[in-house]
Amino acid sequence: MLERPPLTVALIGNPNTGKSTLFTALAGVRQRVGNYPGVTVEKKVGSMRLGERRCELVDLPGTYSLAPRSPDEMVAVDVLLSRRGDVAGVDAVISIVDATNLERNLYLVGQVLEMGLPTIVALNMVDLARARGLTIDVERLREQLGVPVVELQANRGVGVNDLKRVLAESVDAPAARNRVSPFPEAFQRETEHVQTLWSRSDAKSENGREPLPRYLAERLLLDTSGYLQNTLTSQAADARAGEELLAARKRLAEAGCAVPAVEAQCRYRWVAEVLDGVVTRPSQRVEIVGDRVDRLLTHKVWGTLVFALLMLLVFSSVFIFADPLMGMIDEAIGALGGVAEAALPPGPVESLVVDGVIGGVGSVLIFLPQILFLFFFLAVLEDCGYMARAAYLMDKLMVRVGLSGKSFIPLLSSFACAIPGVMATRVIENRRDRLTTILVAPLMSCSARLPVYAILIGAFIPATTMLEFIPLQGLTLFSMYLLGMVTAAVVALVLKRTLLRGPTPPFVMELPNYKWPSPRMVLYRMGERGWAFVRRAGTLILAVSILVWAASYYPHNAAEVDERLEPRREALETQLAELDVSSPQREGVEEQLVEVENEIAAVYQRESILGHMGRAIEPVVRPLGWDWRIGCAVIASFPAREVVMGALGVIYNLGGDLDVGAASDQDRLGARMRAAEWDDTGEPVYNVPVALSIMVFFALCAQCAATLVIIRRETNSWRWPVFTFVYMTTLAYGAALVTYQVGMQFF
Amino acid sequence: MCSNQLNLLAELPVGSRGRVRSIVGDDELSVRLLEMGLTPGVEVAVVGTAPLGDPLELELRGYRLSLRRSEAARVELEPSE
Repeated sequence: MLERPPLTVALIGNPNTGKSTLFTALAGVRQRVGNYPGVTVEKKVGSMRLGERRCELVDLPGTYSLAPRSPDEMVAVDVLLSRRGDVAGVDAVISIVDATNLERNLYLVGQVLEMGLPTIVALNMVDLARARGLTIDVERLREQLGVPVVELQANRGVGVNDLKRVLAESVDAPAARNRVSPFPEAFQRETEHVQTLWSRSDAKSENGREPLPRYLAERLLLDTSGYLQNTLTSQAADARAGEELLAARKRLAEAGCAVPAVEAQCRYRWVAEVLDGVVTRPSQRVEIVGDRVDRLLTHKVWGTLVFALLMLLVFSSVFIFADPLMGMIDEAIGALGGVAEAALPPGPVESLVVDGVIGGVGSVLIFLPQILFLFFFLAVLEDCGYMARAAYLMDKLMVRVGLSGKSFIPLLSSFACAIPGVMATRVIENRRDRLTTILVAPLMSCSARLPVYAILIGAFIPATTMLEFIPLQGLTLFSMYLLGMVTAAVVALVLKRTLLRGPTPPFVMELPNYKWPSPRMVLYRMGERGWAFVRRAGTLILAVSILVWAASYYPHNAAEVDERLEPRREALETQLAELDVSSPQREGVEEQLVEVENEIAAVYQRESILGHMGRAIEPVVRPLGWDWRIGCAVIASFPAREVVMGALGVIYNLGGDLDVGAASDQDRLGARMRAAEWDDTGEPVYNVPVALSIMVFFALCAQCAATLVIIRRETNSWRWPVFTFVYMTTLAYGAALVTYQVGMQFF
Repeated sequence: MCSNQLNLLAELPVGSRGRVRSIVGDDELSVRLLEMGLTPGVEVAVVGTAPLGDPLELELRGYRLSLRRSEAARVELEPSE
């Protein structure tokens, strides 16, 4: 028997209805995540079996209403109306609703029903509705809606099989009966008028193959922003179309159905009719635990205190729990490098594998525990309903920099790592706000900057106090964090007034019920995002690491090595081989050998492409107080900022295996830096202004390939990562220049 | 004396309730307010405000909604009796 063609089912619902949980319950973990071309909407498709048939499940973005005013919002409408080439025609829709909040949720259901597709209403969180004392007559709701209704507790998987069974039945049922429009007759007449006009004059379907769907005709009438008119109308017909629409809206206003208010009035009237006799509410709102929790969490004093404590807890645990894991990964990478070094003959291949691939990818991979921990906390906050509260608590603060409360958590996460921060911006539905948040997130001082700050502060900032009680070193560190924050605020303000200018997006948002996070969902979300990071960033980081490695390795010949250092190394090796294993002289010879080997590495580095690049850019970085070695290290640290210290380690003959986390190695590097001299004048290279200028540069620069790749993924375009890199590098250079030049006036 | 003076939702003190009369304007914000259920005739209560005084937490149609004061100023209420 031939298998019937696969079905396509779309899943739609308000935010916070448990849509993602249901998606995972239905499709399992086999999900394909991508982007719709040209927009920043994530495309999530999973597959499931409905009896004998294969079924593709398309997750549509959570929304309160299907009233597109931008290309991002248009995606869901286009998918439902089978107007997208990249998604198969939709056979059925699952519309998930929150049982505690049916009135508002049914608004969207009303819109979905107008698409004329077989629809199933998934009544989720029935347990919470019961706790609130609500009784829902499901049978009556089914009758009055005219479509199947399935009770569900998606977080426990209760009702999921019923839903599948009902879904299988309804896709085979005959086409849905004609629904009664919620709109008055005058509006329906205008809709038909628009429909005939557009079906005739729409140049985008010249061959007349598809008439304008009725739903889009309604939207054309209702959308006063002009977005749909521009999208659906050819330029030639534009002027006339606009006039026709204006005339139609005028006629409607005269008939007492002024656009756009008519839609909400009619739909909520329809909702009231559907819900008549369905929901019985207790006369008083039943106080559930969540309400008391909410009163505490949004309380002026306690709410702020709990919020601050919670954020502190999240952060300290990210560092405390992630640290040992990071140490383990560091060791594992080191061990792997050792194994590779032993297995491969010395030469370019060995260096490529050990320094390029293992070292380069390892330098990014080491942040994976931190990233995963943050993803975990973000998923918990999201799943239990606190995310919306955090946005509510912080909104007023963020409005001052032109953003909204929804940007707070993504920016806060960026203090640990910009990658989860950038990915967490998905909760911001306004495109301009989301982009602004993404573009400034890398300015927050992430944990990869900490080793850079720690070494430079330790080596150059005296451990004294200011005004008797403020430790100067701590103050410097704090200033670096402050610098990032202040710059982010200024950049956000500037972006919102120039490139991403637009009306302030509304902060009209539901404050959802609190619920226990579902462990399965939290782990799943953490895994999904972590994997997305490794997969997306992995290949590019590998490529960049290899490029940087090649630049610092080749040409790998230097007269100085051949003539002076290599004979010495050989002599020392022979000497070592001749010495008895227990000989007390051994240690001294071994030390000398390491020193010579480090010197060889340093000479090769100096003569490498990278070294030449460093010297070529010396005139550019000299106004910052940097010599070519620092320039070199900055270029080498493009894939990941903390690499700069390792690169300086190689340059200053300390070898590449410097453990910048260890105090002893920090001291060794610090000592070498203090001893470094300018090639021409013999003056010391480093002083306080130089150290500050390097720190300021690293506080503001975009030296992190992984972040740039994630920005590419989230914005679906190379334009924004390039913009981020250019603006941040410019800022970093300018600020470092000012720091050094002003600093030199005082030192 | 001021029986025909319009009240705005933004001016409603915490703990009190009112009935929506109309939404001012026809831009994205007013559409959003309507979509979220702030339609004429609906009863809305101010449950509280965020610690910094803004936004407001409202209750309507059996759910909690957050709204900035500037946005709540677009919601006209029926004159209170």
